[in-house]
Order: sequence, then structure tokens, then C-alpha cells
Amino acid sequence: MSRVHAKFRAMVSGNPAEAAATDGDHGHHGGHHDGPHIVPVWLLAVVLIILLALTVFTVAVTLVDLGTFNIIVALGIAVIKSAFVVLYFMHLRWDSPFNSVVLMAALVFIGVFLAFALVDSSEYRPAVDAAVSTTK
Amino acid sequence: MSSITTNAGDSHGGGDGHDDGHDDGHHEHPPFLAHHFDTPEQQYTTGKLGMWVFLGTELLMFGGLFCAYAVYRNNHPEVFEYAHTYLNKWWGAVNTVVLLVSSFTMAWAVRAAQLGKKNQLSVLLALTLLGGAGFMIIKTIEYRDKWEHALFPGKFNVYNKNYTGTHTPGEGHGGIEHGANVQSPATDNAHGGGAPAGESAHDTGVGGKAVVKSANLMTGPEASPRSEGANTAPQGPAPGEHAEVIAQGKPTPGPANPVIYFDPNSLGAASDAAKIVPKAAGPAGLATDAVHAGEHGAHLAYADLANRDKVRINTFFSIYFLMTGLHGLHVVIGMGLIAWVLVKGTQGIFGPAYYTPVDLVGLYWHLVDLIWIFLFPLLYLIH
Repeated sequence: MSRVHAKFRAMVSGNPAEAAATDGDHGHHGGHHDGPHIVPVWLLAVVLIILLALTVFTVAVTLVDLGTFNIIVALGIAVIKSAFVVLYFMHLRWDSPFNSVVLMAALVFIGVFLAFALVDSSEYRPAVDAAVSTTK
Repeated sequence: MSSITTNAGDSHGGGDGHDDGHDDGHHEHPPFLAHHFDTPEQQYTTGKLGMWVFLGTELLMFGGLFCAYAVYRNNHPEVFEYAHTYLNKWWGAVNTVVLLVSSFTMAWAVRAAQLGKKNQLSVLLALTLLGGAGFMIIKTIEYRDKWEHALFPGKFNVYNKNYTGTHTPGEGHGGIEHGANVQSPATDNAHGGGAPAGESAHDTGVGGKAVVKSANLMTGPEASPRSEGANTAPQGPAPGEHAEVIAQGKPTPGPANPVIYFDPNSLGAASDAAKIVPKAAGPAGLATDAVHAGEHGAHLAYADLANRDKVRINTFFSIYFLMTGLHGLHVVIGMGLIAWVLVKGTQGIFGPAYYTPVDLVGLYWHLVDLIWIFLFPLLYLIH
């Protein structure tokens, strides 16, 4: 019980030393320092290049007509770009997992929000359309 | 803890019982450690968690606006398809690149703070600040472009049926698309000239558009003075003379002083802005623009909109200004925070032991970038 408790505290704190202490078989990387993870510059540069390339791709896709897929592709690329920003620029990849939980929770609730609003308005759209068309 | 103090050289000895793990050799309580935290690590991770919770609330706040966007676009897709052509996607793309690069410099700045590299930190924060400033400058250019065409949010928008200003929809479009178009209205037949007299059923460009607008209005008293004005306007001699049917039903000689705006064609390749003006309607009512016909096919013209959509164009601009405005406000706030951290950084207080403010401001700035990553395709790249 106390070991579970210690692991939970380690997860919330995101302290790699604390996490390593509770996890016997996992050795944390970065042997030259014990402190928080420091992201290398080359990795940041690579992520930037990927993001710029995806931006170019996003604009290029609009020149092709895919019908309803256009917005799906555009949003899909935006999600991928966000993932890169969140994981690498915002450091969430090496951060406490609980911070990821907080972010995911916010996104889940936004999803619920949009889903219900869209389902509801789509449901009543035929009635609204009919009402509007009669009054021109 | 028996006493609450962050003074250097305080009286807490080694036998205090709390291990802050901090080893700068001078004092148990580093000056940056707030009294309600036991250790710097705890302070840092708590700050991080708090920041992520705050970012979650920011996402939810913008989520509300995204929901408005989603519902409205779902219900009136043509409104978005038409109105978004007023937005210049090249400016939007440049803004995206600017913010991405500023995010890169910000992430690098956090790393510099972690390593205690004071000068590098200052340079990188200054570059991030420049990126934010560049973004706001481009935003200002875009906004002014809209305002010159009376494309304000809500009821001040020229497309709003209750508009009482002096602009006419479509007036001044030529300024955006081609400089040449504006300068020689007499030769620009497509720009609204040649409208058949008094014909309200067809939209033959700008002058005709005003006529159709009046036909939209369901109330009689509003419609009649405008119809009168509309009927006289197309008989004006010069093509390009637009009917001022909105205000008092009196035609005004147009066009307005042509202003040469940023010419997106200077960026090369046919751009969106060149398709803004619905050209003279063909027989099927679809605008055909020979120059750009190959790209998207026939571009959606004002004439193609359902009547109820014609009076809802302003809603797109309300959504646009609210979303980008709130985002711009966040950019300005972020710039203030970065400036604050920049000043603090020059005092040399950031290092491996303490870089939390830089980290948290960086998180905020990345959130601003994130939101723009979604705003750009949703507002500028509608197909």
C-alpha cells in the first residue's frame, strides 16, 4: 500500500529521481544529470522543420478538392501539429504523466461539448430550414 | 516548519528535518522558494501542474468559440464558403510560420534558462517577443483590410441587413485583388457595371447585389426606399458606380477612393484574395472566373447563396473577429509575460535550480501557438 502511495506521488510530482526510487527495474536515462530533462536543440529544430512542412502541406491540400475530406484532412494535420507542439515544445513527453491527464481531460470535455452541440443542432436543422424557407 | 521565512542565511540548521535537496551551499531556503512549499522540486512540479490546469481552462474557453464555429458552419456552410474568401490565406500562413518559429525560440529559451545561459536566454526571449510583435502587425494589417471594406462584426457589418453605414458590399474589393482593377473602373465590366436596370432577380455583380439584398428583406417599409434606390442605381452611367442602397436609398457615385492594399499576387501564384469579388454571373448564376476556374472550379458567388444566407455573412465575421481577437489578446498578454521574464532573466536569477517562470510562460506561449494552429485551417482554408 505504501509502495502504491509512493508511486502515485512520484507520478504526480514528475520527479525522475523519485520515480526511479519507487521503480526498481527502471533506470532513468540521461546519465549525466539527475535533474529534469533538458531537451536538446537539434530535437527542437527537427520538430520545427516538421511543423513547417506540415503547414506547407496543409495549405497545399486546399488546392486539391477532396470534398468533405478537406476539413478532415486539415483538422487531422492540425492535430498532428498540436501533438508535436505539446509533446516536444511543451515538454509533455518527459513531464509528469499527470499533466498529460489534465490536458486529455480538457480535450475530452471539449469533445463532449462539441459533440452534443452538433448532434443537437443537426437534429433540428430540417425543422429550422423548413421554417426559414417559408418566410424566405 | 517552525518559522516561515525565505531569508538567506536564516537560522534553520541542518537538523531541521526537511530535506530540500537544494545544494547551493549558502542557505536552506533559497530566495525563490515560497514559504508554503517544502522543496524547490515541489514548487516546480506544483507550478507546472497548476499551469496545465490553467491551460486546460483556456482550451475550454476557446472551445466555446470553436463550438460556435462548428455549429454555425455546420448549419450554414455556404456562408463560410463565401465569406472566408475575404481572408487572405497567405497572411494566415505567414502568421502560422511566425508563431511556430516563435514557439521554437521559446522552447529553446526554456532550455537556456535551465542551463543558466543568461545571454542566450535574453536573445531567445527577445526573438520570441519579435515573433509575437510580427504576428500582431500582420493581424493589424488584416483587420484594417477588413475594416476598410466595412466588414465589422455583427450589425456594423456591411452585409448585415440592418446596416446603416455608407459602404456597399463589394465596393473596394478591387483594391484587394488587383491594383489594376481598381484604377480603371470604366474598363472593368465585371465589377458591377452593366447591371440591367431595375432587375432584382439577377445578381450581376456589385450593383445588382444591392438589389438582391433589398429583396431579402421581409419588411415592406425597409424594402421600398431601398428598392427605389436600387432601381435607379444600375442606370448610372459608369460601370463601377455602385448603388448606395443601404443608406437612405440614395445612390452615391462610386467607387470609393481606390486604395492599393497588399497585393497577394506579389507572393506569387494565384491566391485566394483574387477570387473575392463574385464576377458577373453566368447563365447558371455561378460566377465564372476564367483566370482561376481551373483551381477550385467555379467559385461560390454571392448570387449562389440562399437568400437567408445572404444576410448572414456578417455572422462569419463576428465569429472571425471574436476568435482571432481573443487569440490576439492572448498573444499580447503572452508578449507582456515574455517581456517580464526577459527583464527578470537579465538579472541572472534563472538557472538549473530555478527556471520555473520561463517554463510556465513558455507553456502559455505554446498554447497560443496551438490555438492558432487550429484557427488557421478553420478560418482561412475553408474549401
